[in-house]
Amino acid sequence: MGVRELINRLFVGEWGVHPDDHKRPAADQPVRVMPVPARLYLPLQQHLGGPARPVVLVGQRVRKGELIADAQGMVSAPIHAPTSGTISAVTEITAPHPSGLTLPAIILDADGADEWCELQGCDDPFALTAAEIGKRVAAAGVVGLGGAAFPSAVKLTGAARAKVTTLVMNGGECEPYLSCDDRLMRDQAAGIVDGIRIMLHATGAQVALVGIEDNKPEAIAAMQAAAAGVDTIQVRPVPARYPMGSEKQLIQVLTGTEVPADGRPADIGVIVHNVGTALAVRAAVREGKPLISRLVTVNGNCAANPGNIEVRLGTLAEDVIAFAGGLKGDGLGLARRVMGGPMMGMQIPHWRVPVVKGTSGILAFDAAEAAEQEPDPCIRCGSCVKACPMGLLPLEMSSRIRNDALPDAVDLGLKDCIACGCCAYVCPSKIPLVQYFVHAKGELASQDRAKLRTDATKKLAQQRQTRLEREAREKAQAAAKRKAEREAAAAAKAAAEKPATTT
Amino acid sequence: MIAAILSLTLLGAALGIVLGVANKFLAVEGNPVVDELIAMMPGSNCGQCGFPGCSGAANAIVDGTAPPTCCPPGGKTLAAAIAAKLGLTVDLSAMSDDGPKIAVVAEELCIGCCRCSKVCPTDAIIGAAKQIHNVFREACTGCSSCIEKCPTEALVMKPVPVTLQHWVMPKPLAA
Repeated sequence: MGVRELINRLFVGEWGVHPDDHKRPAADQPVRVMPVPARLYLPLQQHLGGPARPVVLVGQRVRKGELIADAQGMVSAPIHAPTSGTISAVTEITAPHPSGLTLPAIILDADGADEWCELQGCDDPFALTAAEIGKRVAAAGVVGLGGAAFPSAVKLTGAARAKVTTLVMNGGECEPYLSCDDRLMRDQAAGIVDGIRIMLHATGAQVALVGIEDNKPEAIAAMQAAAAGVDTIQVRPVPARYPMGSEKQLIQVLTGTEVPADGRPADIGVIVHNVGTALAVRAAVREGKPLISRLVTVNGNCAANPGNIEVRLGTLAEDVIAFAGGLKGDGLGLARRVMGGPMMGMQIPHWRVPVVKGTSGILAFDAAEAAEQEPDPCIRCGSCVKACPMGLLPLEMSSRIRNDALPDAVDLGLKDCIACGCCAYVCPSKIPLVQYFVHAKGELASQDRAKLRTDATKKLAQQRQTRLEREAREKAQAAAKRKAEREAAAAAKAAAEKPATTT
Repeated sequence: MIAAILSLTLLGAALGIVLGVANKFLAVEGNPVVDELIAMMPGSNCGQCGFPGCSGAANAIVDGTAPPTCCPPGGKTLAAAIAAKLGLTVDLSAMSDDGPKIAVVAEELCIGCCRCSKVCPTDAIIGAAKQIHNVFREACTGCSSCIEKCPTEALVMKPVPVTLQHWVMPKPLAA
């Protein structure tokens, strides 16, 4: 154990794992810009929250940057045309999701002109109010580019309301294999610093702490140089350890305070944004440019030419891999396709899946990397307990879930699990621990939905009952009224006839 | 006149207080297990179990006169949950395991007779006379009361489609 590692353990604690990072040589390759493919597939849901609502018609011509689907609901993000062309369909395509299910998407045939629509920039973002910046960021469809894809404007405007004091910029990039944030920090440090200043202005935070793992010395140097004159931005190297880029862990290491369970960072006066998001915010506010492309790492033992590629959103992974240099041996050794990082990304069923706003990597793993193995019984070694960054007991929780005792697992802190996968990574018996937790959380969510549904059904049944009673009452009243009228008419008739007969 | 009004009011108030106190102190608690079962059940009172509504079925299940599997809309999940709650062993293999189902109208067969919408316990079927009817997916409990009312067999039960919002990662196979 080196001295640095010893100091890390003393100050940071013992959670987390140290996987081989596999970041080089991909991280050292210059960024390649991929030309626009002939056809782009733009899912309506590329973010957390409500899906976007299409605002274009099939056959309509759109220019680059034009709005094609608008945000819907409080937490949502709009989608813009990544190039100029014609909308050829709005249909279902395979989602970048482990289920392999479909989701609705807009399909855009590029015309090759790549012609921008009019953009409305702003020369002095610091003259704008926080709300105006939030509006511009929301209109540009910017979402968190670290992977979770939470709409950034919601976080920025929420931070101003929650009196946030510290902006934590996440340059951790703790997932192995990925290097897109590393590359951005090396190549566009000045732009990121400008974006951070705009975010500081919008959130009202006094200081920005940029956390970068110490396995990226070039990025640290570049960011420190770019932030040299700005005293509100501090670049802080943090120990390279997975999951350092998880917001709760990064906050704890950088500020020394812990985010409460069931709480959000804003509760302790902090918000976290990814460094790539800072760049997107800058483009949105200064130039009025919507989010239409992103940097994607192509990596894995099967990738012939690993590296970082700037890709238009909606490009199929298939096309990205072909541009990057294809797969070794025509993909014969391919064992697993992953979108995102190897720890928290998702396995996809085939390559015909589009790059979306949250896609940080496209990984082609061979059998050795995929390391599929039948699980053995738990030997109660406790490795997972040591590795868990949230201080949970993965072995105990998984045994509860295996026996369908979900409430017991919740009592053990299932809801605090961040699904980082450290437990499954260290397990010597190769038990798929994190899969149990993801399954259990999904099951709990579906139970909650079922509960809501039952309540709604009961309400509907009650409403029907009251309606039937009301209808019966009205019917009876109407019948009584008709009867009364009939009798009145008969009486009047009788009264009219009576004098006639008597006289 | 005033004496009569006064005495009746006083009498009413006094009796009301007595009843209120009695309700509080002499309350007979219902079987709490029955209340828990009622909370678990679909609550649409569709009557397919043969009991008067969900509370009737819950009482019968607790009494042991009905099996936990008697609720078709609740399906296998509800049966398992009830059995677990009451500590019963129940043979779930007889129940179909195709997951929840909802009614769907085949539009080319519907003649707009309104018979289905009249029996739906949750008003999940919309349609007017001689207009094609339709089923609100969110409101349908899958009780299938409407199926036998349809004179043209336009109503069929179909499994609820799985969407990205509802998908749950499958449980890993045990080691």
